[in-house]
Amino acid sequence: MTRPIEPGTVIDGFRVEAKVHAGGQGVIYRVAPPPDRPDLDFPLLMKVPRLGPGEPSETVVTYEVETTVHAALHGPHVPRFVAAGDLARQPYVVMEAIQGESLKAWADRAPLPPEEVAVLGAAVATALHAVHVQEVVHLDVKPANVIIRPDGSAVLVDFGLARHAHYPDLLAEEFRHPMGSGPYISPEQVLGVRQDPRSDVFALGAVLYQLATGEYPHGRPTSVSGLRRRLWHLPMSPRRIRPEIPEWLQEVILRCLEAQAAARYASAAQVASELSHPDQVTVTERGRRLRRPGLGTLLKSWIMAAGYEPSPVERPSQQLAAASIVVAAVATQHKNEQRFQVLREVVQRLMATDEDRRLTCVTVIRPASELAGGKEAEAGTSQRIKHLVLLRHWAEPLGLPPDRLTYHVIESSDPAAALLEYAKVNQVDHLVIGAPPADVPMKGTFVSTRVAAEATCSVTVVRPRAGS
Amino acid sequence: MKLALLADVHSNLEGLRACLEHAREQGVDGVAFVGDLVGYGADPEAVLDLVGEQVARGAAVVRGNHDAAVAERGADTMNRTAEAAVGWTRERLSPAHQALLAGLPLTVKRDDLLLVHASADRPADWTYVSDPMRAEQSLLASDATWVFSGHVHEQMLYFLGAGARAQPFKPTPGVAIPVPSRRRWLAIVGSAGQPRDGNTAAAYAVFDRERATLTFHRVPYEWARAAAKIRAAGLPESLARRLERGE
Repeated sequence: MTRPIEPGTVIDGFRVEAKVHAGGQGVIYRVAPPPDRPDLDFPLLMKVPRLGPGEPSETVVTYEVETTVHAALHGPHVPRFVAAGDLARQPYVVMEAIQGESLKAWADRAPLPPEEVAVLGAAVATALHAVHVQEVVHLDVKPANVIIRPDGSAVLVDFGLARHAHYPDLLAEEFRHPMGSGPYISPEQVLGVRQDPRSDVFALGAVLYQLATGEYPHGRPTSVSGLRRRLWHLPMSPRRIRPEIPEWLQEVILRCLEAQAAARYASAAQVASELSHPDQVTVTERGRRLRRPGLGTLLKSWIMAAGYEPSPVERPSQQLAAASIVVAAVATQHKNEQRFQVLREVVQRLMATDEDRRLTCVTVIRPASELAGGKEAEAGTSQRIKHLVLLRHWAEPLGLPPDRLTYHVIESSDPAAALLEYAKVNQVDHLVIGAPPADVPMKGTFVSTRVAAEATCSVTVVRPRAGS
Repeated sequence: MKLALLADVHSNLEGLRACLEHAREQGVDGVAFVGDLVGYGADPEAVLDLVGEQVARGAAVVRGNHDAAVAERGADTMNRTAEAAVGWTRERLSPAHQALLAGLPLTVKRDDLLLVHASADRPADWTYVSDPMRAEQSLLASDATWVFSGHVHEQMLYFLGAGARAQPFKPTPGVAIPVPSRRRWLAIVGSAGQPRDGNTAAAYAVFDRERATLTFHRVPYEWARAAAKIRAAGLPESLARRLERGE
C-alpha cells in the first residue's frame, strides 16, 4: 500500500497526475477528477497515508478520523472534502488543492515584525473559530497544518488528530499517550482531554510565540515528562527575547499560553478580535513581564499543576456559547436617554449570564469628508473622540471590567452596511440595536430593519415599552 | 437502504405511530423491531396490528422478554408491575396476536446486520447491555458488523477499538454518525414506547447502509394520551407516570 503510485494510474476514477509532496505520514499527489464529475471544477489533491507493516497502528486510526471529521467540515477555512478511499482496498483522501503558502514558510523566517504576526495570527484564529463553530477541535495546530491564501485568509489542513463532538472519539481510548506535536500541544491534551476548543487557542499561542520570537515557548520535548513540564513551567517572556515586541502582543501570546484553559481567551474569535484591534488589548502584568516570576509564583504554579484539573467542557458549542461576542449598536448621534436605557437593560441581561462573554459598543458616524470642508482630518478626530466619550458613558453603568469591554467608532455613510460588515468580520454572535422610533414612516429603510434581515448573527431589536 | 430500528414499543401506540411517521419523513425503505412490542402500555392489539402490517411489507421482528412472557406464560423473573402488565396483556390478545408473539425469533441476521433484543451472547438470558463490558461480550458473540439492540431504554453506541475493548459513545439526536464497516458497532436504539432518560420523547434510530451512518432520533409524541389510556385500563399508576416524566 505504501508503494508510490505511478502517474496515469486511475483510482476510483481519479487520475493521478504527479507527486507533489512526500512526508512522514503520507504522499500527496495532484489528481484529475473523474470524467463524470463536472462539478469538481477546482484543482484536486489526493493524500495517500502510509499504512501497512512497519507503520504504527495509529496511522490507520488517524486516517479514519481524518476522513470522517474532514468530511463533516465545510466553509472557506478547510479544503473542500471530495472523497475517501476504502481502507481495505486503497486508502486515500481527495480534497481541494488550496492555492497559497504553508504558514511553515513564515515560521522558517521568524522572528517576524509584530504587525505581521498579528495579521497572520488573526487569520489563523478566525479559521479555528470557523471549525470550532462546527463542533470540531483541531488538536494539531502548527504552522505546517495551516495554509495562507493569497488574500491573507487561513485554511486548516490535516484533521487526523481532530475531535468531532458528535462522533465517537476513535483515538481517545485506544492510545493512552499524548497525541499532538511537542512544541504546540496543550497541557490538557497531554493529560488526554480532547474536546476543549481552548486547546487550539493554546497551540495558536505557541505558533504566535514562534512567529514573534523565532523560538518555541516550551522547546520541543518528545517524552511525556517533557510535555508535562508545560503544566507549571512559564515560557520566557517574548519581550525578553525581542524587546521590540509590544506589550499588547506579549499579553495576547502569553494569555493564549496559560496552563489553565480557563485563564486563556475563551474562544479563538476573541483572540482574532484582540489581534485585529491592538489598541483595545488590556495589558496586564502578563504583557509587561520581562523576567520569569520569582520562586513564590513558581511554587504556586507548581502546586496548581500538581492538582491540575482540566475544566470540564462538554463540546465546543457549549464553550462558544459562554464565550460569545455581543455588540451593542449605540446611536450616539441621536442622544435619547430613554432609548439608551432600554438598550442598556437588554445588554446587561445578556452580559450577566456568563463571565466569558464580551461586549463591544459600536457607533457609526458620518465620514469626516462629509463634514466641514477644509479641516477634514481635525474635524474627523474630534468627532471620533466625541462619540467614543459618548460610548464609554453609555457603557459605564454596566460595570463591566475593561477586558470584557471594547469600543469602536466606525466612519461610514451607510450605517447598516458598516454594522453588518463589522459583525461578519469580527465573528459577532449577537447584535443588539434600537428599533426605529414608533412615530416615523418608512420603517423598512431603517438601519435596524436591514441589520435584522441581513446579519450573519442573532439580532435583538430593542424598543421601549408602548406608552412609556 | 435506510432502515428504521425500533425497540421497546411496549404497547405504546402513540409512541409507535410518531416514530413510524418520523421514519417515513426520513425516507426509510424498511422497518425492524428489536423486541418488546408489548408490556406496560394499554394498546397491545393496535400495536401488534401495526407491526403485522410492517411484517407484511418485509419488516424483521425479534422477540423481547415481555413478548416471551406474554406468549409463554413465564413472567416469574419480572417485577410486580411488569408482571401485572404481562397478565393484563395476555388476556386481551387474540389467538392471531398470540401466534405472532410466539413465532418471534430471538435473533435475526441479515447479511452483516444482527438484531437482538438483549445480548447476542445467550440472547434468552435477557442480559442488559448497559456497560462496555457487556457490549463487548455481545459483539464478540456474533460476527455481525452492526448489532442493533434494545432492552436497555437509553440510546447508546458502542464500538470495538483496536484493543477489542468496546468504547461507549452517547449520541446526539439527529446527527448522522459515521459507522464504517471496518469496525464493529453495537447500538442501543432507545425505546419507542417508554423512554427513561428524563426526556419524554420517543426514541428510535435510522441506519443508512449505503453511507454507513447511524442517526439516533428523538420524537415528541402525545404521551398524555398514552398515559390516560394506561389509567383507564386500570394498569399500575406508575406506568402512566413513567410516560409523563420520561423516566
